[in-house]
Amino acid sequence: MPKDTGIGASSKRREDVRFLTGKGLYTDDVSLHAQAHAVMVRSTVAHGRIVRIDTSAAAAMPGVLAVFTGEDFAAVGGNPAGWLINSRDGTPMREPKRPVLAHGKVRHVGDAYAAVIAETYQQAKDAAEQLAADTEIEELPAIVDMKAAVADAGNRVHDEIPDNLCFDWGWIEDNRAAVDAAMKAAPHVVTLELVNNRLVPNAMEPRASIGEYNPGTGDYKLTTTSQNPHLTRLLVAAFVMGIPENKLTVVAPDVGGGFGSKIYHYGEEALVLAAAKKLGRPVRWTAERTESFLSDAHGRDHVTKIELGCTKEGEILAIRTETLANVGAYLSNFSTATPTFLHGTLMAGPYKVPHVYVNVKAVFTNTAPVDAYRGAGRPEATYSLERVIDKMCRELNLDPFEVRRKNLLTPDQFPYTTPVGLVYDTGNYQATLDKAIELGNVAGFEKRAAESKARGKLRGMGLSTWIEACGIAPSHLVGVLGSRVGLYDAATVRVNATGNISVMTGAHSHGQGHETVFAQIVAERLGIPESSVEIVHGDTSKIPFGMGSYGSRSLAVCGSAMNKAVDKIIAKGKKIAAHMLEAAEEDISFADGKFSVAGTDKAKTFGEIAFSAYVPHNYPLETLEPGLEETAFYDPGNFTYPAGAYICEVEVDPDTGKVDVVAFTAADDFGNVMNPMIVEGQVHGGVGQGIGQALCENTSYDENGQLLTGSFMDYAMPRADDVPFYTVDHSCSTPCTHNPLGVKGCGEAGAIGTPPAVVNAVIDALHRGGMTHVTHIDMPVSPHRVWQAING
Amino acid sequence: MTKVTMTVNGKAVSAEAEGRTLLVNYLREGLGLTGTHVGCDTSQCGACVVHVNGKAVKSCTVFAADLEGAEVRTIEGMANADGSLSVIQQAFQDHHGLQCGFCTPGMVMSSAALLAENPKPSEAEVRHYLEGNICRCTGYHNIIKAVLAASGQDVPAVAAE
Ligand code: FES
Ligand code: FES
Repeated sequence: MPKDTGIGASSKRREDVRFLTGKGLYTDDVSLHAQAHAVMVRSTVAHGRIVRIDTSAAAAMPGVLAVFTGEDFAAVGGNPAGWLINSRDGTPMREPKRPVLAHGKVRHVGDAYAAVIAETYQQAKDAAEQLAADTEIEELPAIVDMKAAVADAGNRVHDEIPDNLCFDWGWIEDNRAAVDAAMKAAPHVVTLELVNNRLVPNAMEPRASIGEYNPGTGDYKLTTTSQNPHLTRLLVAAFVMGIPENKLTVVAPDVGGGFGSKIYHYGEEALVLAAAKKLGRPVRWTAERTESFLSDAHGRDHVTKIELGCTKEGEILAIRTETLANVGAYLSNFSTATPTFLHGTLMAGPYKVPHVYVNVKAVFTNTAPVDAYRGAGRPEATYSLERVIDKMCRELNLDPFEVRRKNLLTPDQFPYTTPVGLVYDTGNYQATLDKAIELGNVAGFEKRAAESKARGKLRGMGLSTWIEACGIAPSHLVGVLGSRVGLYDAATVRVNATGNISVMTGAHSHGQGHETVFAQIVAERLGIPESSVEIVHGDTSKIPFGMGSYGSRSLAVCGSAMNKAVDKIIAKGKKIAAHMLEAAEEDISFADGKFSVAGTDKAKTFGEIAFSAYVPHNYPLETLEPGLEETAFYDPGNFTYPAGAYICEVEVDPDTGKVDVVAFTAADDFGNVMNPMIVEGQVHGGVGQGIGQALCENTSYDENGQLLTGSFMDYAMPRADDVPFYTVDHSCSTPCTHNPLGVKGCGEAGAIGTPPAVVNAVIDALHRGGMTHVTHIDMPVSPHRVWQAING
Repeated sequence: MTKVTMTVNGKAVSAEAEGRTLLVNYLREGLGLTGTHVGCDTSQCGACVVHVNGKAVKSCTVFAADLEGAEVRTIEGMANADGSLSVIQQAFQDHHGLQCGFCTPGMVMSSAALLAENPKPSEAEVRHYLEGNICRCTGYHNIIKAVLAASGQDVPAVAAE
């Protein structure tokens, strides 16, 4: 029987009611008395030297209150990278300053070099146009192509960085010789060069920020579209503006999707705070979609050569990759971790591979910054690996299911230390593979293929068996790897006198449904109704601390902190109950919302204990403080390792090259599942984005660095009729061994496992149609590209 | 600036509008009805869909000044008279047809318009009709289920859980 409440129940989302009735409160919905409007002035060239900005005409325009340029922020700090990566030779990465507003040079189309504040949005917009007209920028040659960027020492994104190289990273450098030797000795070597296409995250809510300043107290407030308000506070206060953290409150109210792009601190957040201080009025800014395209951190953008050494029977012996990773014009906060420790460490996949070596060169270009986007590094690793394995199967005429089975780690091999530095704690990859084969009705495929053929279509089936490392992250480990922050999390559980509960969590929900799921967990543990638990998030003034939500960490890390705080509540409750029931503390047990004395019928309800904690008339005041509120910090012992098997079926129209995904099966192991409905929704969303990457989404810059795909008219977002119903399953669960809830995380799975399954299916379809000359098609596998491949 | 008067969610309202004020801005800034969202600047995303005289319209594509006297319905006007969720809103909650909620008002308004025109749409018809509404969160699966369920069709029969 499925449960209807608590852990494991598909409780309906309480947040839905406000969203379904138009009562959500997103940043742009906040309207403040005397607010002024900011409009950013952005570069229309990819690379140029700012010769002159004449602000006088714009400043004199109606309604204009202030004009800011890079000069105004020359003395404050830059927006830093969160991870220090060392190159193979031990030298630290190159880390150019990322200013609030571009100063001296503009480095990508959309790089903001000035801002206008006016009484109304239209006035600010008109003045921004004037300012742009009064600005002289000497255009420099744009650096767009990564290979050209590293080859040309003369043309530099940052004048002080000669070869546009941020770092040249090897993982693990000490293994390199052994990998080379294994590759040389391998009976067969498969080579594949591929592009992991640049994506624009395109959360449906554009970024927005509102700054406030109280001159009477010196307090600042930033309301902003953030996945992690505390991190934003740290960055904007301590690193950029030099505001004491206790003088800045950051609120991220309802946030309309993030997918990584709202992890980072952006210059507009500092700008609205500075402007609010200067004017003594609230200052707001909301991106237009075009600005989102130009200035949000993009995702992916790797060019990779992967080699796989194997036996003729398909046993994988060695893997070696060389990747150029685009970081864009500036280092966004996670941009150096994404192509390295979120990518290289995954390159063994769920397989027993003795030798792996990964080389990544991160390259500056005159394009928007690139950073973590749903999956972040792990989709890139998975795509390379699952595509090259598919190619191996074709070259050696092997069955892709059997090859996976042969190489997958088996349950008895855990904990398993990979050659790329991770320790997988648990899993059952055969089980998810079997489940996918069953649910995807692989046995019936030939029949379906024949039916497709009768309609003139080529049907193909593609498989990927994926793994990821998430639940980010053990602080000690990431510290060794170069992270400049800890990645633990915190929660406060406040039991109010009347027994209802407020939980202040460091997780931030921007679609994940934490307000529902976190309440389910607390309710179950304390034996109270879900409706008695309120989840508070997204406000630094209310929450003890938190690193926010990304890297599928909310439950695994923030949820564990909350669970730990609940432990403390129960422990204190036992002390109170022991006193009230005149029993020894060790004789008190807690279950179903009651503290009882073992072997008797003496008991106190949770509500009675809570009341007593706040009205301590019969209470051990000499030894115990009154009140019932506990805070816990939790640092995970390891990453978590969700894994799964995805099977995609496509139909290809050989005349037009159009690809339709006609069936998609995802069998995942997420460990324990707290709310199946929400978990399935997360998988649907990830698969949808994965299909988007595989088939439609392409971010294209021309050779001058102009973004050709800067709107929804040019950038193909997946729409309702681009995707099928998905079959998803999470029954093959092996609970995580090191967090108290046994959860692994599900938010990124779909975006990781899907793209190779789709592309493998397209290649399969073409091979079945006799086009065996097609060994690879880069994403997005558009009709044009498929047609070219067919007719090439 | 002129005063533009219309009926929004059954109430006569009026607010200032310039000639270039879009309906979406009139609703959000003029009337404080922030349930209608702006997700793009090219009329592609559908986050702003409302009903004008009974038809689904992208409110970022029409000028408020041209709608003097019009009947407009927004997401704020979709619940039942007693404040409970209407059938279609309830179906979105029951089938988890929303995550971040940003596309949701537009999705609900478009879906309501579809069901008014076509009370028992097929899966393909729903997908086709919602082509002008982008959702980045849900992969559309549960949105399609919600709309089919709201039309009274047997959802498990059409979509695997
Ligand atoms: S705001 Fe995107 S279509 Fe209207
Ligand atoms: S629910 Fe987030 S965009 Fe649709």
